[in-house]
Amino acid sequence: MIADDLMIVLPELLLAGLATILLMFGVFRGNRSTPSVLMLSVAGLAVVFAVLVLRPGAHGDAFGGLFVADGFAVFMKALVLIGSAATMIMSLRYFERKQALRFEYPILMLFATLGMLMMISAGDLMSLYLGLELQSLSLYVIAAFRRDNLRSTEAGLKYFVLGALSSGMLLYGASMIYGFAGTTSFQALAAVFAETMVAGEAPSVGLVVGLVFLIAGLAFKVSAVPFHMWTPDVYEGAPTPVTAFFATAPKIAAMALFVRVVMGPFGDFVGQWQQILVVISIASMVLGALAAINQTNIKRLMAYSSIGHVGYALVGLAAGTEAGVHGVIVYMAIYLFMNIGTFACILCMRRKDVMLEGIDDLKGLSKSNPLMALVLAIFMFSMAGIPPLAGFFGKLYVFLAAIESGLYTLAVVGVLSSVVGAFYYLRIVKLMYFDEPGESFDQPVGGEMVVILVGAGAAILLFFVFPAPLLDGAAAAAAALLAG
Amino acid sequence: MIVQALAFYLFAGMTIASAVMVIAARNPVHSVLFLILAFFNSAGLFVLMGAEFLAMILVVVYVGAVAVLFLFVVMMLDIDLVEIRQGFLQYMPIGGLVGIILLVELLFVLGAWIAVPETAAVTGVPLPPPEQVPNTRALGVVLYTKYVYLFQASGLILLVAMIGAIVLTLRRRDGVRRQSISGQIGRRREDSVEIKKVPNRSGA
Repeated sequence: MIADDLMIVLPELLLAGLATILLMFGVFRGNRSTPSVLMLSVAGLAVVFAVLVLRPGAHGDAFGGLFVADGFAVFMKALVLIGSAATMIMSLRYFERKQALRFEYPILMLFATLGMLMMISAGDLMSLYLGLELQSLSLYVIAAFRRDNLRSTEAGLKYFVLGALSSGMLLYGASMIYGFAGTTSFQALAAVFAETMVAGEAPSVGLVVGLVFLIAGLAFKVSAVPFHMWTPDVYEGAPTPVTAFFATAPKIAAMALFVRVVMGPFGDFVGQWQQILVVISIASMVLGALAAINQTNIKRLMAYSSIGHVGYALVGLAAGTEAGVHGVIVYMAIYLFMNIGTFACILCMRRKDVMLEGIDDLKGLSKSNPLMALVLAIFMFSMAGIPPLAGFFGKLYVFLAAIESGLYTLAVVGVLSSVVGAFYYLRIVKLMYFDEPGESFDQPVGGEMVVILVGAGAAILLFFVFPAPLLDGAAAAAAALLAG
Repeated sequence: MIVQALAFYLFAGMTIASAVMVIAARNPVHSVLFLILAFFNSAGLFVLMGAEFLAMILVVVYVGAVAVLFLFVVMMLDIDLVEIRQGFLQYMPIGGLVGIILLVELLFVLGAWIAVPETAAVTGVPLPPPEQVPNTRALGVVLYTKYVYLFQASGLILLVAMIGAIVLTLRRRDGVRRQSISGQIGRRREDSVEIKKVPNRSGA
C-alpha cells in the first residue's frame, strides 16, 4: 500500500531526494561548485518532468487523500517545472557577474519548486498549508539572497512579514472551515457541502467566514488586489532572476491551488465565492492597467502587469465552470511563456556589466539590437492581447467563459482594462522602434538566453498555428479536475 | 488511589510553590531554577493524567531548551536588581489586570465545558482509548503511517528554514583565528623546535 503511494508521489520524491543530495554536494564542495549544482538541478528538473509526463497512468490519491495526482495536477506541474528550469538557467550568468554565486540558490529554488508541486497536488487543508509554507519560506530567502544589497534585504523582509500575515489568515480560515465542517480533507468537505446543498440549507456563517479568509490568503499568494501591496516592492528589490522566478512558477502554482480549492471542495458553493472573485478580479485588472502607466522601472512595471494578468486569469475562475477552468489553465500557460521571454530580455539589459532597469534604457533598441527588439515587441504585443499572438487567445477563453456564465460586467471591465493596459505595453514598443538610440547593450547575451528568447518568442508567435496541444491538454486537465 | 492523591497534591503544591518563588526570588538565576522545578512538577502532573508524552515533551522542550536559554540570557545580562524592584509598584496595576483577564478567560473555558456537556463527550474520548495503547505509541502510529506525508513535509520545511538562516546570516570574516586540529596534531618537533649548539662565553 505504501509502495502504491510512493509511486504516485514519485516526481516529488525524486525532487526532494535530488535537492538534499545536491545540498550535500554543495556543502562539501563549496561555492565553486555552484555552476555544476545549478546545471545538475536543471537536469534533475528535466528528469522529474519526464517522470511526471511519461507516466500518465500513475493517477490517484495517495496517503489517504492528502495528496491528489490527476490530469490537472500533471498539467500544472509541467508548467511549474518549465518555469523553474528556465529561470534557473537564466540566473547563472547574473549571479556570476554579481559575484554572488552561492550554491544554496539552486537548492532553495528546488525546494520552492517542490513546495509548488505539493501545493498543486494538495488534497487536504493540511497538505495545502505545508506545501504553501515550503514554497513561501524558500521564496522569502531567495528574495533576500543578495544580503549585502539594501533593496534585496528589504524585499525579503517585506515579503516575509506580509507572507506570514497571509499564512495566518489562511490558517485562520482553515481552522474555521475545520471547526464548522469537521474535516480537513477536500473530498470529505465536498461530501459535507453536497449534503448541505441537497438539504437546501444555506452554508453556516462560520463556514463562509472561513472561506473568505481562505480566499484572502490565496489571493495574497497570487497577488490579487487588494492583497497586492507587496508585489511591486518585492519584484523591484529582489535580484532580477529571482523576480523572473517569482513572476512565473509560484504564480502558476498558487493559481492552480486557488482553482483546486474553490472548484473542488467549495464547488457547490459557487454563489458564495463568485462575488468575491468578481470583485478581486475587477480590482486587479483595473489596478494592473492604471498603476503601471506611470512606472519607469521595468521590474515594477512587470509587477503591475502580473497583477493585471492575475486579474484576467481570475475572470475565468469567477465563471465557476469547466470552460472557465480551461480558460485559466490556457491563460496561465501563455502567461508563463510571455513572462519567461520578457524577463530574459530584461536580464539582457546591461551596459558595461551594469544591470539596467529603466524603461528609457530600451530607447532605440531596434537599431542597436534588432533581434532582441523584435522578440520583446512580440511579448509586449502578446501581453497587450493583440491577435494573432498567444496572449489574445488567453484573454479570449477567459472572457468567453465569463460571458457564458452571464458575468457581463466582468467581461466588459476586462476588455476595457486590457485596452488601457495596452498603452504601457505599446509604449515600450514605441520606445524601441521610434526613439533615438542610446548606447547599445552588452553583447553577446549568451547562448542560453538566445535559446530561451527564441523558444518563448516562437511559442507565443506560432501558438495560433498549432493551438491544439495546449488547448487539448488544458481541456483534459480541466475535465480531470471537475471529474475528481 | 491514596498514593495517587498524595502524589497529585505533592506535585501540585510544589508547582504552585515554585511558581510563586519564580516571581518572589531576589536573584534572577534562582527564579529560573525555580521555573525549572515548576516544569518538572507539571510534568509529574501530566504523568498522573496518563499523558506521558506531554510530560516528556515538557521536560525536553521547556527544561532542555527554553529554561536553559533563559538561564543563559539571565547570566549574560548585567541585571541591576535594585533598579528592577523600583518600578514594582508602578507596574502592579497592569500586572494585576493581566492576571484578572487570564482568570476570567479560564473561567470562560470552564464555563463552556459546563454549558455544553457534549464537548467533554467529544474531546474527552481519545482514540484509541488510553487503557489499550500508551499515548506515545498512539501518536507515533498515526504520525508515521497516516500522516507520514505531512511529517516529511514538515521536516523539509525545517530544513529550508535552517538553510535560510545560514544563507542569510553566516559570514566568513577575515582575520579570525580558527583552531586547526589536524594542523596541530600533524605538527612535528622539527617544525617548531630548533636545536643550536651554544658555544661557551658567546650566547646563541
